[in-house]
Amino acid sequence: MSLDKSDVEKIAHLARMALDESHIDAYVEDLGNILDLVEQLEAADTEAIEPMSHPLHMAQRMRLDEVTEENCREVNQRVAPKIENGLYLVPKVIE
Amino acid sequence: MQSKSIAELGAAMRAGEFSSVELTRHFIDRIEGMNGDLNALITITSDQALAEAEAADRAINSGQAGPLTGIPLVQKDIFCTQGVKTSCGSKMLDNFISPYDATVVERLKQAGAVTLGKANMDEFAMGSSNETSYYGPVRNPWDRKRVPGGSSGGSAAAVAARLAVAATGTDTGGSIRQPAALCGITGLKPTYGRVSRFGMIAFASSLDQAGPMTRSAEDAALMLQVMAGYDAKDSTCADHPVPDYSATLDNPLQGLKIGLPKEYFGDGLDRAVAASIEEAIALYKELGAEVIEISLPNSGLAVPTYYVVAPAECSSNLSRFDGVRFGYRCEDPKDLEDLYKRSRGEGFGAEVKRRILIGTYALSAGYYDAYYLKAQKTRHLISDDFKRAFETVDVIAGPTSPTTAFTLGEKMNDPVTMYLNDIYTIATNLAGLPGISIPVQPVGGLPVGLQIIGNYFDEGKLLNVAHRLQKETDWHLQTAEGFA
Repeated sequence: MSLDKSDVEKIAHLARMALDESHIDAYVEDLGNILDLVEQLEAADTEAIEPMSHPLHMAQRMRLDEVTEENCREVNQRVAPKIENGLYLVPKVIE
Repeated sequence: MQSKSIAELGAAMRAGEFSSVELTRHFIDRIEGMNGDLNALITITSDQALAEAEAADRAINSGQAGPLTGIPLVQKDIFCTQGVKTSCGSKMLDNFISPYDATVVERLKQAGAVTLGKANMDEFAMGSSNETSYYGPVRNPWDRKRVPGGSSGGSAAAVAARLAVAATGTDTGGSIRQPAALCGITGLKPTYGRVSRFGMIAFASSLDQAGPMTRSAEDAALMLQVMAGYDAKDSTCADHPVPDYSATLDNPLQGLKIGLPKEYFGDGLDRAVAASIEEAIALYKELGAEVIEISLPNSGLAVPTYYVVAPAECSSNLSRFDGVRFGYRCEDPKDLEDLYKRSRGEGFGAEVKRRILIGTYALSAGYYDAYYLKAQKTRHLISDDFKRAFETVDVIAGPTSPTTAFTLGEKMNDPVTMYLNDIYTIATNLAGLPGISIPVQPVGGLPVGLQIIGNYFDEGKLLNVAHRLQKETDWHLQTAEGFA
């Protein structure tokens, strides 16, 4: 399976990740090679096989709907790129 | 001092032969002298280590010491350490000082262990050579022109070079076992859910598991004892009793059934590596084990299955790195989308980007069934192979890696060739089973790892099987020249 340049650009947009224009051809080639590897799965007969989502087939554990965490906002915001009055600052979204 | 086991160091400290502060200073001196060349540690926490060592000495002097009290370790930089930089080998987290401790870190601290620093690793644990780290490659202590393996390459090199008594690692597709093999140490990947993943930066959440990297199975048993067990903070952590791993180390191997999967000994396995594995298997026969050829017929599906499941989960997990709340943010974003795109584009390295792109593609509209759902089904086939095998054998043995350590740069331009390094380790993660790698007869002066895979929660058996071989041989005691 091969991808072209516009496919890679579309995937990069879905991932919200800028790619350096000069590297795109390399990504096209590398991703094509990885997808060739992955294509080996097509030959496997999985007609009657259930998908496996957990190695131990465990169900997600339930817990009571209670507040268990303390408010750590101040501590957590110490590593934020930009904050003001306890809010995270980003470029203006609404005009 | 640097060659003693955890038990010997503990006994020596309790007998007053030396203190934890002296032991810690000794390792700090070794790190200062030798790490520059190896690049195994990327953050060194000397002051904190000495303070922890002083506390350990007080515990030892008041008779409160446990097996790990005062033992100097390094933490893979994927584990959050409160107040200490936690980079995960990425520019994205180069400025990240963790506000909290991972459960693994917390438990080792509570057990009195001393943290010397943080170990280098492949960026976000994606790599098999430690060359994708933002902080540069780690060099293999056995040959500085060669890689240590990855992604826990810094942890493996640190233990092999005796810069620490032991280290933590994580294993998503072989990242504990493969570097352990390439650096000549013991590395255990526990059953999925055996060790809490809380505070361990996520790569592929259905595969990731933390484990000990040590010089011997005996040391690994002591470390796993502290690391393993239920944690309410990780909803996938197993609520399953933790046995006494040291108590069963010496169990006899009489009648043990070892399965050798024929698929693990085919083309692609280096002949000399195969001979070392066969030598170890012959020793197991002498120890009373019965060796049976088995088949894991879907082994060939493991690498392709992994390269759908792991990137898909990675693309989802790594979407949290958006430049808003923590981590790298690009300069002067013109709008929110520009902030996301450039922060991620500039903060992630090439391999991480490749995996995010593959994962995003595999999960995108119209492709989900063909890739992710299909891979979840082939994952089931792989898991069922093991289930059938464990109906007739107690453990499965084979090589950890198809070759010894390769040279720096050799495989960096070809991602698929790099991925095939993990051909014997990946299936274990897909099935969620525990596996251990231990050193066997070296080849051309380079270490070789024997992998032993066990049934779910059978870590005690793996450590027992590994320990019995280590009692009969000195492969695990061999040290790279200049580091003894």
